[in-house]
Order: sequence, then C-alpha cells, then structure tokens
Amino acid sequence: MARSIIEISGHIIDSLILPKILDLIVNLGAEFEILDIQIGHRRADRSHARVQVEASSEELLAEVLAKIREHGALPVEGSDEPARLDAAPEDGIFPEAFYATTNLPTQVRVNGRWIEVEAPEMDCAIRVDGNAMRAETVPVHKVRKGDSIVVGHQGIKIVPLERSVPHELFEFMSSAVSTEQPKGLLIREIAETMKNVRQKNGKILVVAGPGLVHTGAAPYLVDLIERDYVQVLFAGNGLAVHDIETALYGTSLGVYLDKKIRASEGHEHHLWAINTIRKAGGIRQAVEQGIVQRGIFYSCIRKGVDFVLAGSIRDDGPLPDVITDSLKAQDLMREKVRGVSLALMMATTLHAIATGNLLPATVKTVCVDINPAVVTKLTDRGTFQAIGLVTDVEPFLRELCQCLSQELLQAHEP
Amino acid sequence: MQLLMCAPSYYGIEYEINPWMSRARQSDRQRAQQQWNSLRRLLEEQLSVDVRLVDAQPGLPDMVFTANAGLAWKDKFIVSNFRYEVRRREAPHFEVWFRNLGFEIVHLPREYYFEGEGDLLKCGESWFAGYHIRSDINAHQKVAEIIGQEILSVELTNEWFYHLDTCFCPLSDEHVLFYPPAFDSYGLEVLEKYIPDLIPVAPEEAARFACNAIVADRDIVMNTGCPGVREKLEALGFRVFETPLDEFIKAGGSAKCLVLCMR
Repeated sequence: MARSIIEISGHIIDSLILPKILDLIVNLGAEFEILDIQIGHRRADRSHARVQVEASSEELLAEVLAKIREHGALPVEGSDEPARLDAAPEDGIFPEAFYATTNLPTQVRVNGRWIEVEAPEMDCAIRVDGNAMRAETVPVHKVRKGDSIVVGHQGIKIVPLERSVPHELFEFMSSAVSTEQPKGLLIREIAETMKNVRQKNGKILVVAGPGLVHTGAAPYLVDLIERDYVQVLFAGNGLAVHDIETALYGTSLGVYLDKKIRASEGHEHHLWAINTIRKAGGIRQAVEQGIVQRGIFYSCIRKGVDFVLAGSIRDDGPLPDVITDSLKAQDLMREKVRGVSLALMMATTLHAIATGNLLPATVKTVCVDINPAVVTKLTDRGTFQAIGLVTDVEPFLRELCQCLSQELLQAHEP
Repeated sequence: MQLLMCAPSYYGIEYEINPWMSRARQSDRQRAQQQWNSLRRLLEEQLSVDVRLVDAQPGLPDMVFTANAGLAWKDKFIVSNFRYEVRRREAPHFEVWFRNLGFEIVHLPREYYFEGEGDLLKCGESWFAGYHIRSDINAHQKVAEIIGQEILSVELTNEWFYHLDTCFCPLSDEHVLFYPPAFDSYGLEVLEKYIPDLIPVAPEEAARFACNAIVADRDIVMNTGCPGVREKLEALGFRVFETPLDEFIKAGGSAKCLVLCMR
C-alpha cells in the first residue's frame, strides 16, 4: 500500500471542491481518510482538510496525486520528515513536549521508514528503538532514563480506525449508546461477533462488576466461560467475593439468589467468604482444595481463564488474588489485553473505564450497563469505539447465551 | 463605471491557444478596429462609462483582451500569471500602467496560473472563479485571502469556453446568464445553490458569445446574433445593446473580454 497526506484549503465546502476531490480519489481506484477538517464559520472564512490517500501501488498513488492536484489538493510538505526523538531525562519522566498517544493504530517515521507503534494505548508516549526499528507505547511510570521518546507531532501518522475494523461489526449502529435500540438484534450481532472471534482463535475479554452476581446473572457468565467464550476476565475484589459467597453460601450480599430472601445474619457471608479464601491462600488454592466447587472463578480456574483482580480503596479483605498496587494491576492488565479482539464490559464503571484506557481502538468494545452514563463516560474518555447497551445485565447475558446456543443449533442443522 | 480597454492596433491571430483560434482564419485588422471603436463609443456615449486606455504593444496581439490582465480590487491590482508563454509578456505592461495610477501591485505565487477577470466574476456576495483550463484553483484561493471574500471555484470542462467570462455572466445579484455544458456536475450544483435565477443560453448563442456581455447596471452590451438571450433580458427589464464583434470571436473573445473593470 502506498500512502500520502494531502491538504486542501480555501472555500472548499461551498464550492463542493472537497467532495469532488474525495470522489475523484475513489473513482481512480484509491481510498481516502479525512485526518482532520476545520470548517470556516463565516462565508469568507477558509476551510482546511488534511486527507490521507491510500493506493494499491506507488504508480496509482502518483497518478491520483497528480489528478487531484489540479483541483487544489497539495501534498503536505514534510509529511515524510522523521519523528523528533528526545531522551527521557529520568526514570518515570518523559522529555518536554512528548507526543501523547491516542488508542488508534499509529506509525512513526524512523530512519526513513514508517514503523508501526506496538500496543497502541491512549495517553502514553512512544518509545523508539532505532537500531531494532521498533516503536512501542510506554506509560510514564515505565519509562527509563535515556529512552528515546517521540517529541512533537512530526513524523507521526495515525491510521484511522475505519480501515482497521472489519465493517461487519454493528455497522447499522450509528449512535454509540441508546436506550432505543432493538436489543435483540444487537445481542444477536454480539453473539455473531463472539463466534467469529473464537473461530479465528481471538481472545474475548470480559470486564464485570459484582452487580452481575447480585442480579443472578453469574450462571450465564459461567456458561460463557465453560463454552470457551471468555479468555480473559478483569474485575475487582467485589465480583470474586460475591461469586465465592454464592459458591459457599448460596447468597450474594446475604440474599439467597434462588429464593430472593435475605439469609439470617447473611451480611456476614461475604466476610466469611473472604476469610475462607485468605485461609486457603487464594482462589486457585480454594478450588484445588475443593472448598470452592462452582461459580465464575471456579470455572475460570477450571478453564484456564486469565483473570486480573484490581483492588480499590473500599475493598473488604481483600482476597489474596487482588492486586492492591494500582500500577502493578495496570501493567498486568496491559499485558493481558494483548491479543484481545473483543471486550465485553458489564455492570462496572471503574473497571470498564480502566480497561478502556488500555485498549487499542481496534478492539471491539461492548459496554452493557443499566446506566447510560457509563457508556457515555467511556466514550468521552477516548474509548470511542465502544458501543453500548442500556439494560440490566441479567437479561442481557441470558439472551446472549440463548443466541449463542441457537446459533450453534442452527450451525449443526443439515 | 470605469473600464480599461486596449486598442487592437496589433491584434491578429498569431498563435493558437484556444479552439476558436486558427492562423488560417485571420482577423481583418481594419474591421477589428472599427468594431472595437464602435464598442468603445457605445460604452462612452450611451452607457456613460469612463473608458481608460492602456497602450497596445507590438507583438502582443491579445493585449486587446484586457479582462485577462488581472483583478483590480479597491487600491490593489492583482497581476495575472498567464498560462501561455505568448501572453505572459502582457503582464508587465499592465503592471506598470496600474502602478502609475497608484495601485498597489500584488503578485501571486509564480506556480499558480491566474488570468484575471476572465476567470473571476462577482455575483451578489460571492465571487465565482473558473479553473482548470486557464486559471489554477489555488490562485483563486490566494486571491480570496487577499480580498478577504469567498471565492467559489467551479471547474470549466469545455475547451471552447476556456474562461469563466465566456460561459457565465452575472447580470445582477440574482440573475446570471450561463452556458450549462461548460461546467461539470459539481459546478452546476454550486451555481444552482448560490444563484437565485440562472438563465441558460442555447448552444448557438453561447457560440456567439452571449455570455461574454458587459453589464453596466441595467444596460447590457453584447455581440450581435443572440435574439433568444436578448428577449429574455428585455423581459427582465434590461436594456440590451448589440454590437458586432465577430473579428474578436476569431480569437475566442467578445465584449466582456475587451474590458477590465476598474471600479
């Protein structure tokens, strides 16, 4: 693929010059992506657009550039200039004016070549190894004195998302979150996507809050785990505690899930559960010792699901598996999101946002919450690829499991 | 109204830079002079136009088409960058003339072709610019910066109508004569959106340069042989003056090409 960035400025909107140039690019067999556009407010104000042109060959690109130049599209000067690098002055300190990353696929110009930045993540810097010709995102606490860090915006190319994400995913969804969407259809789409991901051996990440256990939805998550639809699970202390409370006592926060009645002194159950696991040495040990015989974490251990439990300040206990050092938890989550193709975030605000911050924009992200603000918050903070379903998590998971079963049945029909 | 003209003392078909021109079909210098005189007299005597003259120069046969010299805007004169070498030597003569009159001379970047009022006409609050055949779109965007006004560039796609003023003639803030086949679909869409009353001209009258008319308030001066347009204009209340300009059509120009608006 050959790429170049062009600029079009002037009265390009009212005169239809911009759409004309974009049409020309497509008609000539190339593709375009609008990188940024500023539209003048008043009639005399100029507008400005920066567009990336991509063609299958250098020859075609040259032809397209020559044609559109006649209509005012000029190549961006210096678009092939190298990225400026500066050494990190101390451990944990970036150089001044470092380039802050987005979660989009990004390329950096080093030694006359564009190289892909590994592990795209928002709000990091880019560390370059010129000898190995590698570049990767680095969070501030991981930078080491002397690391080569990109400063300024020169020599940075962001590859827009549309090209990276296959178009079959929820294309009909124009708004990221709505209470007015036909949920059945969406859930079917999600089921289809999960199936596709697994067929290609991709990883599915589930991020869940304890509400999932309180609402009685845990058996559906267990079902997904048992059917290999979950490879990574991120949660906090709460999900694990209440899941294990249910496994040990049949209650969640002291309420019997099957009878929906409060157990006598039930409020102690989750504290006893914590104590039991602490005594066993951890969740895995408790499962291996036969103390925990069912539930989400029992299945996670059984199926080898990677889970990361990140602690927070209001945690009871916590369980020994909970990582209470936030940076350590972040780093482990960062490691585990590699290779994830789909993230399913359910009934959690804190962990959904924390995970959203770490995910590349190429990871399809579904956020299910009874509160529409969660999805809005997630997208506002930069995880713009997230699509949301405003619903209670229990009916969502129930229907998702049904869809996955139906599709399996259909797939087996002659 | 003040218009700049240049006598056809050295006018002739000496080269071919548009489909109208053929060295085999020479102009008659005497007839050309007569037609030019009639036009000037009509403008001065019947329309009370203040006609200014720039000296014709030997070896510059197209200098008679002053509309292409540049754009006079308030106290500035933006000099043309002619596309063809044969016309490039006209520019310094116009530049000197305008400078002597106290105009500030503005040059556009050399790499952008610009043929003045030939490709740039005002209608209402907007300027319309023709590009691709003679002027470059980027030149017009530079001009837009200089004059601080919106310029809507439309592509000219028909070699016979190589300047905007051969296929587009603003008559008032609302009415414009135009020849649709000279534009592409994007250009037509823009014209339709921004001009309340677009009056199409038939092919045979477009070929008689009906669109290359001089508009002085409610008076319109054009070549002879455009009865259809004349009728439409008179119905709109314009006063139409026809004057023969066939000798100039041999070079691809008519009434409007022979004048440059100074104010």
